[in-house]
Amino acid sequence: MEQNNVTCFSAEGGNLALVKHVVLILSGKGGVGKSTLTTELALALRHTGKKVGILDVDLCGPSIPRMLGVGRQEVHQCDSGWVPVYTDAQKSLALMSIGFLLEDPDEAVVWRGPKKTALIGQFVSDVAWGELDVLLVDTPPGTSDEHLAVLENLKKQHKVDGAILVTTPQAVSTGDVRREITFCKKTGLSILGIVENMSGFVCPHCSECSNIFSKGGGEELAKLTGSIYLGAVPLDPLLCTSIEEGKDFIQTFPDSATFSAINIIAQTLLTCLQNS
Amino acid sequence: MADVPSDAPQHCPGTSSEQAGKTSSCQGCPNQNLCASGATKAPDPAIEEIAVKMLSVKHKILVLSGKGGVGKSTFSAHLAHALAGDSNKEVALLDVDICGPSIPRIMGVEGEQVHQSGSGWSPVYVEDNLAVMSIGFLLSSPDDAVIWRGPKKNGMIKQFLRDVDWGDLDYLVVDTPPGTSDEHLSIVQYLSSAHIDGAVIITTPQEVSLQDVRKEIRFCRKVKLPIIGVVENMSGFVCPKCKNTSEIFPSTTGGAERMCEEMNLTLLGRIPLDPRIGKSCDEGKSFLAEFPESPAALAYRSVVHVPTHTDTHTETHAYTH
Repeated sequence: MEQNNVTCFSAEGGNLALVKHVVLILSGKGGVGKSTLTTELALALRHTGKKVGILDVDLCGPSIPRMLGVGRQEVHQCDSGWVPVYTDAQKSLALMSIGFLLEDPDEAVVWRGPKKTALIGQFVSDVAWGELDVLLVDTPPGTSDEHLAVLENLKKQHKVDGAILVTTPQAVSTGDVRREITFCKKTGLSILGIVENMSGFVCPHCSECSNIFSKGGGEELAKLTGSIYLGAVPLDPLLCTSIEEGKDFIQTFPDSATFSAINIIAQTLLTCLQNS
Repeated sequence: MADVPSDAPQHCPGTSSEQAGKTSSCQGCPNQNLCASGATKAPDPAIEEIAVKMLSVKHKILVLSGKGGVGKSTFSAHLAHALAGDSNKEVALLDVDICGPSIPRIMGVEGEQVHQSGSGWSPVYVEDNLAVMSIGFLLSSPDDAVIWRGPKKNGMIKQFLRDVDWGDLDYLVVDTPPGTSDEHLSIVQYLSSAHIDGAVIITTPQEVSLQDVRKEIRFCRKVKLPIIGVVENMSGFVCPKCKNTSEIFPSTTGGAERMCEEMNLTLLGRIPLDPRIGKSCDEGKSFLAEFPESPAALAYRSVVHVPTHTDTHTETHAYTH
């Protein structure tokens, strides 16, 4: 893996000054694919030539390092703060996660809210991102300390473009995401759109499509709440394996329906950000 | 003193926190001196009150996972249904997922109200012998968001344990949110003087899930919470058309079985994916009752049989159909 050098960008106006857009990936519900989608969107955006960063503020369950195949990296300090971990020599994709600060990957972060809030504040202001086109912020499920902390700290430093909300089709999921939508409205966070993940599974043996986690809930939720429906991503074991192994799914399976779906969402997001 | 007093500043760390009275947010708070003196860190009297309350609850089982979306609430609900299948047993399901309370919907009692009386809050009854409590019942709209920081969530959990009039129970099943944070610390802290039988840990086969679950297991060991065992959920999918099995959430690192071997834990069983499970949950019906002969229902029955044998020193409880 790339060894980080310790020179970093020092931007006037704080570490987010050269970051063009900041997008939160939210869901009231756990396990709907926020981290997976954050990773895939980042890879898709990079694929189009954008410089992307991911800030992983899921302190209890930081998944992004594994998903990007960066495993256990040391985080270095520079004059402006922490140097993010880059996935390649070209520094096209930068990442910060508590996963890099744990000596033991199985170590549990058993913190109450105030301590989580403090670290997230540091993650927002003390990571020397340098120039980025898009910073994606992956969050844990819920509407609590982490979400309030990241939003409050981001707003102090930078305009937050908005949030993408991820759901699965089931009512049990959309039920939680409705509450997340309320969180967005109450905190003045724009909803850039809703993604329905795990939307159908096509059997590789007979091509029958099974709606394992029900059907249509994401689109209905978008209609119900007046939000933009960004699209659906199917359940794909190949994506799951790819993510597990920290591989770039887009490079490995560029012709898949899954990539096509993710790409459409990435393009829609870019258009939305450019128009805002 | 309340964990977050009404006159506390916005970022109050909580009166029982190590930082009580010492953070920058504490400056100017009328309680600052009291907190800094350590007086507020005296054991919360609620712990003893809860211990007394829990004397009438024979078995307490927590359902945990470091990972979200692995099926904790689904499992909790069906464990509760299975235990309540014996009409001689009194069962309760407590939902401490404050931000994402799914249990009311899964149990088919969404929209019900909780009533207060002299003996406390009355839970919502799904069956004569199956009661449920969730913050979901205290919210007036499905769009209401509970945007609370840790101390306030902790206060709610304390109330759930202390103030709900459960009556005499054979089983209290506690469904939790993902993670290892306020809710989990609070449940363990408030039940510290009451005996918890243990935790059932839910995972899916993937390493992305196991990674978080190992942390949860470490948490359990750190707080000395016994682990009854691990359930591997979403373990394979049988296509209804061609009957071939697909591993939708593949185990690239040996799944729950290898993790259990490595960490010296019991694998309670594997439950396959079945679209009818999600549908039953969405409709508030018991999957076990709707599709009793399905492979997933049989897997559930085989798994839920085990947690009832936690206390071999008293009676053993056989699951009866």
